[in-house]
Amino acid sequence: MLRHAFRIAWKDLRIEVRSKEIFMTMAFFGALLVVIYSFAFPNDQTAIRGSVPGMLWVSIAFTGTIALGRAFDRERENDTMRALLLAPVPRLSVFLGKAIAMAVLILGVAVVVVPLLALWLNAPLFAYPLELAVSVGLGALGMAVIGSVFAATLLKARSRDVLLPVVLYPILLPLFVAGTKCTAGLVAEHPNLEAAHYWISFLGIYDAAFLVLSLWVFESLVIE
Amino acid sequence: MGRLDRVQIDKVAKRYGTERALAGVSLELHGGTMCALLGHNGAGKTTLLGVVSTLVRPNSGTITYHSAGADLRDEAVRREIGLLAHASLCYAELTAIENLEFVAALYGVAADVTKVLDQVGLEPRARDRAARTYSRGMLQRLALARALLTRPSLLLLDEPFTGLDRGGALALGEHLGAIKTDGTIVVVVTHDLEAIAGRTDHVAILRRGKLVCEERSDSSYTYDQLKDLYHRNAS
Repeated sequence: MLRHAFRIAWKDLRIEVRSKEIFMTMAFFGALLVVIYSFAFPNDQTAIRGSVPGMLWVSIAFTGTIALGRAFDRERENDTMRALLLAPVPRLSVFLGKAIAMAVLILGVAVVVVPLLALWLNAPLFAYPLELAVSVGLGALGMAVIGSVFAATLLKARSRDVLLPVVLYPILLPLFVAGTKCTAGLVAEHPNLEAAHYWISFLGIYDAAFLVLSLWVFESLVIE
Repeated sequence: MGRLDRVQIDKVAKRYGTERALAGVSLELHGGTMCALLGHNGAGKTTLLGVVSTLVRPNSGTITYHSAGADLRDEAVRREIGLLAHASLCYAELTAIENLEFVAALYGVAADVTKVLDQVGLEPRARDRAARTYSRGMLQRLALARALLTRPSLLLLDEPFTGLDRGGALALGEHLGAIKTDGTIVVVVTHDLEAIAGRTDHVAILRRGKLVCEERSDSSYTYDQLKDLYHRNAS
């Protein structure tokens, strides 16, 4: 199953490397958000330390939603989702493949946004790089997993672009809260690593729970 | 895994909300035959193809896929299905060759991509171009190559002649006739009776989701016979 999932993910990433359409849009939007933050928030260190976790995770949420919508639109254009579901591979590998490709894209944008936030706002995001990388990685994975289920389900819905964030964000809320709390623990004047590790564990459990749930419901949601 | 030699559709019904798409359709498809699935727009032909291809779940009724006495399920069934749908089912950003290589990899077959593209008549200089640059006819040929690539034993074709010129349509009809003689179950949804005349030996006509006519013949139906059957039963 994983072999097929990686094949499907590779196909998605190959198309993206060729078109650069989704990543460039996400990266540009992410950079634009950083510019807006720099004007919208007070530029003193105390305020930055308090607001940069929210800035980071809001950027991940917004850019990730762009990626989810467009990546699944691609599968709708020539009805290629049906072709994937018709292939003699476990249908779960279709879901996993899409989620892996999505996680890579979201992580890719995080790689752009985090240094921009750190440089532009002088935010201490690289104080604990390992913890930050793990929390962002788990956040990207969780968003990709849950988002792929909803994006696939809404593939045939007429107003899917509007519906996707409306149905997705309430379910992703715990993930964003955990990510923000974790980052806040890492960038605080007196870093709270214990809290950061707690929220990283929370993200891990959250991802695992929703991965199992998504694997369970995916097929029944995408077959007409 | 065995090739399909019979597909039994038993009292299949499908509704979309309050809209009835199929109402208790029963049909048996045999290897080495070409079934022309006819009917007006909205008669339920595409839905029936969707149900047979496992992509649409019926509300009631069953479909059994037989292979040398055994029943196949899930991935084993999907491996035997080739589908040509309204859309091309191909990725616009990939070339014809990349599209087919991806399909071959997913199906785990070592298919000769060039040979299949030759068979469907996609010109060699177009094969390394992204599919988004193709004309409607070229895209239809690529979609057909995709459906034929894995040598399916159940070939489901929804309006396969759309976008092809007359010569291309007749050549495709001839090619499908040859595929049928290999023992493949061919199901064609079409309004182009001329292209399938002389090749189809099983006719099923749907009207508002119901099977209103089913006929088989030891020899193939002529154009006039098909036209007559269609006009008598479709409306």
